[in-house]
Amino acid sequence: MAVDFATVLIFLAVASAFVAVALLLGRFLRPKVAEPDKGSIYECGERPIGTARFNFNPRFYVIALVFIIFEVEVALTFPVAVAFNHWLGGGRGTLAAVEIVLFLLVLVAGLAYVWAKGDLDWIREVRSDGEENR
Amino acid sequence: MRQIADWIILNLFGVADAGSWPYSWLVYLGMMVFAAVLAITFVAIFAGPVTWVERRVAGRIMSRLGPNRVGPQGFLQWLADGLKNLLKEDLIPDAADRPLFRLAPHLVWMGMFGAFVVLPFGAHLVAADLNVGLLYILAITSLVVLGLLMAGWASNSKWALYGGIRSTAQLVSYEIPTAFSLMVIVILAGTLSTQEIVRAQGGWPWDWFVFRNPFTFLAFFLLMTSSLAEGNRVPFDLPEAESELVAGYNIEYSGMRFLFFLFAEWANLWIMAAIGTFCFLGGWQIPGVSPDAIDALLARSHGWSWSWVGLQALSFAIFAIKASWLVFVVIQIRWTLPRLRVDQLMIACWKYLVPMTLVCILGVLAMALLIPQGGVLDYLIRGLMMVVGGALVALFLWRARVNYMLARDSYRKMEGRELWFPPYRLV
Repeated sequence: MAVDFATVLIFLAVASAFVAVALLLGRFLRPKVAEPDKGSIYECGERPIGTARFNFNPRFYVIALVFIIFEVEVALTFPVAVAFNHWLGGGRGTLAAVEIVLFLLVLVAGLAYVWAKGDLDWIREVRSDGEENR
Repeated sequence: MRQIADWIILNLFGVADAGSWPYSWLVYLGMMVFAAVLAITFVAIFAGPVTWVERRVAGRIMSRLGPNRVGPQGFLQWLADGLKNLLKEDLIPDAADRPLFRLAPHLVWMGMFGAFVVLPFGAHLVAADLNVGLLYILAITSLVVLGLLMAGWASNSKWALYGGIRSTAQLVSYEIPTAFSLMVIVILAGTLSTQEIVRAQGGWPWDWFVFRNPFTFLAFFLLMTSSLAEGNRVPFDLPEAESELVAGYNIEYSGMRFLFFLFAEWANLWIMAAIGTFCFLGGWQIPGVSPDAIDALLARSHGWSWSWVGLQALSFAIFAIKASWLVFVVIQIRWTLPRLRVDQLMIACWKYLVPMTLVCILGVLAMALLIPQGGVLDYLIRGLMMVVGGALVALFLWRARVNYMLARDSYRKMEGRELWFPPYRLV
């Protein structure tokens, strides 16, 4: 087992080293001509206006929150899904299936809530008073 | 790989019990580094030529030539592109966060390359057969998301930030349907190990998971759709939508650093096709040869066994043909479909793909409970699904024929003779 997971470490190290070596090799080959305009940000050829670290559309964070809930659920359901086949062989398949379905139903309830709340819609209606429609 | 290392210890050093030998870790370490270098070579010689294939297919679909100057039929174009990027000046914007800017390509590469650890290329050709294989793939590829977000934020450019955030939202959203459609396989196979999943299937099409029942058949298409989005492929290539975001997260990168993002994306094409192949299309299984027989061949052979080498090569060829076919389909999809809008992208994921994959899981559970494996009814359903699959291929061929008939005269002029199909070639 230790050997298997050591392989993962070696692979990640080799991947990172490959990038580093290629960049190092290029350092000796490529030109380096200093020019102040080369260090500026690309903004369609104009001088950049302000910084890029501004407030961002919060809808992305709602998606991130929904994702985390689902991903935790996925991580917890995978081991149960593995066990299902063994339980099926032992004649307790129905019990395992009911467990998985109950677990997934909680997830579906969450999805239904987010769906009904309108957080899955990217484009929201805006009421005449300027408030977002919920 | 572990079995091969044990074989080396047995035959080269004459040690029967690798566990008690004090130097066996050296052999294992050597094999790990060898496997990693081999995999990186594979990535390089896959990602390079496949760019040429893609550009030629694009040219063919758009009625233009595509690259045809460097080397025979432009085949060496990818080498020229790589060399050009190596010699190009490396620019880092003054306003950028330099350490994060430099770190991002490393993370993207590690996340992509980490998946190669568990991809089963052949009967014994896997770097490490982790017992959590499928979950490991889902976990390690999340590093790519981190890398893209880091690249977008560290650039301190508005385009890059938009691209980075968009790709994060897209990649994390589509991870859910990917994971759920893979769960269908886990329920059927009862294991997360990639090699065990391949072994749970068989060499013949009716033993493949894709034809097992209607729900796995649907899950295969759902998996391929969501992995298109995971790999930033059209119709889900919003992160780098040239026409709206200029280039997305990698806009401030140049030269070699820029190339590594694209490199990872091309390699991702193989990972996506490989996952589809080993989970649904029987992987490396050779029709008529049981995997246990290949195992026995390695365990029994003191010395060189040509039949073992032959079977390894054959299993690798079978896997490579299936995966390359999927890669080719994905390339054709890229040049056929238009790009989605952001809201359509999110709706497609959360309101269609996620509920459909949930239905697939419930369906597979019900089928496993109601229909006994290996019974008459089971094989009847498998046969039926194969008919449906065959009908889809027939429809594809028929559409090609219709297209040929529409422009028959120009094809005749082009080729100088009567054909059955539009000429289907790259050169």
